[in-house]
Amino acid sequence: MIKKEMIAMLLAGGQGSRLGVLTANMAKPAVSFGGKYRIIDFPLSNCINSGVDTVGVLTQYRPLRLNSHIGIGIPWDLDRNIGGVTILPPYEKSSNSEWYTGTANAIFQNLEYMENYHPDYVLILSGDHIYKMDYETMLDFHKANGADVTIAVMPVPIEEASRFGIMITDEDRKIVDFEEKPEKPRSNLASMGIYIFSWEALKEALITNQDQPGLDFGKHVIPYCKEKGRSLYAYEFDGYWKDVGTLTSYWEANMELIDIVPEFNLYEEYWKIYTTNDVQPPQYLGPESSTSRSIIGEGSEIYGEVHNSVIGCGVKIGKGTVVSHSIIMNGTEIGENCNVEKAVIAEKVVVGNGVRLGEGEEKENETKPGIYRDGIVTIGEKSVIPDNVSVGKNTMISGVTTSTDYPNGMLDSGRTLDKAGDR
Amino acid sequence: MRAIGIILAGGGSNRMHELSKNRAVCAMPVAGFYRSIDFALSNMTNSHIQTVAVFTQYNAGSLNTHLSSSKWWDFGRKQGGLYVFTPAAKANGNLWYRGTADAIAQNLSFLKSCHEPYVVITSGDCVYKMDYNKLLQYHIDKQSDITVVCKDIAADVDIERFGTIRMNEESRIEEFEEKPVVARSNTISCGIYVIRRRQLIELIEKAQNEERFDFVRDILVRYKDMKRIYGYKLKTYWNNIASVEDYYRTNMDFLKPEVRNYFFNEYPGVYTKVVDLPPAKYNVGVRVSNSLVSSGCIVNGTVEDSIVFKGAFIGNNCYIKNSIILNDVYIGDNTHIENCIVESHGTIQANSYYKGEKDIKIVVENNERYVI
Repeated sequence: MIKKEMIAMLLAGGQGSRLGVLTANMAKPAVSFGGKYRIIDFPLSNCINSGVDTVGVLTQYRPLRLNSHIGIGIPWDLDRNIGGVTILPPYEKSSNSEWYTGTANAIFQNLEYMENYHPDYVLILSGDHIYKMDYETMLDFHKANGADVTIAVMPVPIEEASRFGIMITDEDRKIVDFEEKPEKPRSNLASMGIYIFSWEALKEALITNQDQPGLDFGKHVIPYCKEKGRSLYAYEFDGYWKDVGTLTSYWEANMELIDIVPEFNLYEEYWKIYTTNDVQPPQYLGPESSTSRSIIGEGSEIYGEVHNSVIGCGVKIGKGTVVSHSIIMNGTEIGENCNVEKAVIAEKVVVGNGVRLGEGEEKENETKPGIYRDGIVTIGEKSVIPDNVSVGKNTMISGVTTSTDYPNGMLDSGRTLDKAGDR
Repeated sequence: MRAIGIILAGGGSNRMHELSKNRAVCAMPVAGFYRSIDFALSNMTNSHIQTVAVFTQYNAGSLNTHLSSSKWWDFGRKQGGLYVFTPAAKANGNLWYRGTADAIAQNLSFLKSCHEPYVVITSGDCVYKMDYNKLLQYHIDKQSDITVVCKDIAADVDIERFGTIRMNEESRIEEFEEKPVVARSNTISCGIYVIRRRQLIELIEKAQNEERFDFVRDILVRYKDMKRIYGYKLKTYWNNIASVEDYYRTNMDFLKPEVRNYFFNEYPGVYTKVVDLPPAKYNVGVRVSNSLVSSGCIVNGTVEDSIVFKGAFIGNNCYIKNSIILNDVYIGDNTHIENCIVESHGTIQANSYYKGEKDIKIVVENNERYVI
């Protein structure tokens, strides 16, 4: 018989539309982070570092990038004879065929996968946070309390608590009540969307509520468990945990990595983060290059200046170009004598010579002011930007653009130039 | 592919001085992130050779660690794979490998159990890319018994430690001199051979019976008139790294864009073991020019015309010039390093000064390291 004490189910099907064009062609967990990583590397590395070697990854939205990144799980040592990583897409059934309609619905549709491993506990994770966490310690807490459900929580400033699902606990961390985005929060313990269920409790809750449309953990399963008198506990996590759900928070989280000793330290020997290394050679810094307060990925060639930036792998930055306060992802090439200020440039973009990004006054974005804001220039993957154009702040560019798309060689602040369409 | 591969990774080299004190030459780090043997292994896998034997005996620790998983070169398969042979105690005595031919002789059962008709033999201390299929086709076309890959080298290179070759117009080898005092040719053997498997078994068994142990001296040189031995000229980049000067020069070649592009970007690739290090990080006050910096490094000082290997830490106000900093070196503040090779895992105290005057200086410093 196959037996695993705890298996993990990683929800990686969401689009993450608040990341704008970055998730136009890939699910949010596949978005690059910190130079060489992708967001999903953090929960996957946490799993293997915590001794969880069986992980089901539930995919739905544009899974190609995610599938090829995960492969058979070699970078995380999740290529196992028994267990390992398994990609779980929605599938056709004889009676009804449906997409994953909610977080818990997705798990319900994969009951059979979980049953194969005869787990005692199931760890539910989401693929869109940056953190290092030992799930084994959380499991110890779960066991010590004889809990049916343990929810990881972290203290947040009370004035921000109304943005989260808030857990109200007694002195033993037993959950007595909870509120979803309360106006007047009674506690500052926010749910991190990480749950450990005892198998029997999870299975019973999913089967009983299977007909609930859009079955969701926060909205339906947790309240159901509470009502039924299950014992729910809150496990307090006090390390670094960052939601990178919006472009601004994504940009900030990357920028935090370049501090001398960042709060989230990738250089610790203990608790390494693993990823697929497509490019491994060292980076080359040319004779006239200059770098400061930056991290740069493998195989990049820098002939210009890079300051306060996070540069991915295989990036080329031409002579005379100055890049500052920016994120540049894998395989992007930037020409000579450019000026790049506060930009998020996705993978495999080609920027011509003499291009100026992030110039002029700040103006609200014309199409999605809630997404493209805070002065950030966002450029979608595989875009092309012609020579000698100037691009304003809060702008978005996607697709192959030519000089005719830039009247007077300019794209004003707040403009959206989308030539990629929905492929 | 119709061949199996043998990589001769046996030796240390006194020409490497302190650098091979703790590791085999084949395990020397190259170009910031490779190990020397990666080139031979990658060539094998890129030529679709599925079964590769590595013969090693001197200081095999680093090499064995590097080869602990064969998946990086795609040898982790059911059919074939990577086999590492070190000398072992046997019923009829405990012997070290007394030479390259002896290494093969002591593991002859492996050679006999294979079914591929040809064997590609290469040394593991050379930096090159090569498609062995082309070499094998040449070998077959020439109806050669043994084909030796050779290369014309520049007059200023110290030829003394290579075997030199003279060929006739049909490329048949007429003269083969091992480590000549006065070289009569500038064509050297690259230490890469193709031979039919049965032929190799036969020659090795013969040498074994005669108590001869060296593949070059006792097989190539000895049989050069009897067997059809041909030379195959390699025109692309090739360098042996088994002396401090050559090691330094080969590494520094990677500062040239054409060399870098040839090995790093052009198809087919050269693979190595993946170590999970974060991207390199540059703090304030950094000046890096014309240098290679590998993953996991943290740079605070000045680096010029140098190669910094994986996981190095360079302190504030340091000055590094024309130097090679090997893996996991810690360099304290205000240190000056010029024309040096700094050995792996070294810890250099703050305010140190090292300068190679005439030759490249090898720096081995194992001070206490305080990690905060």
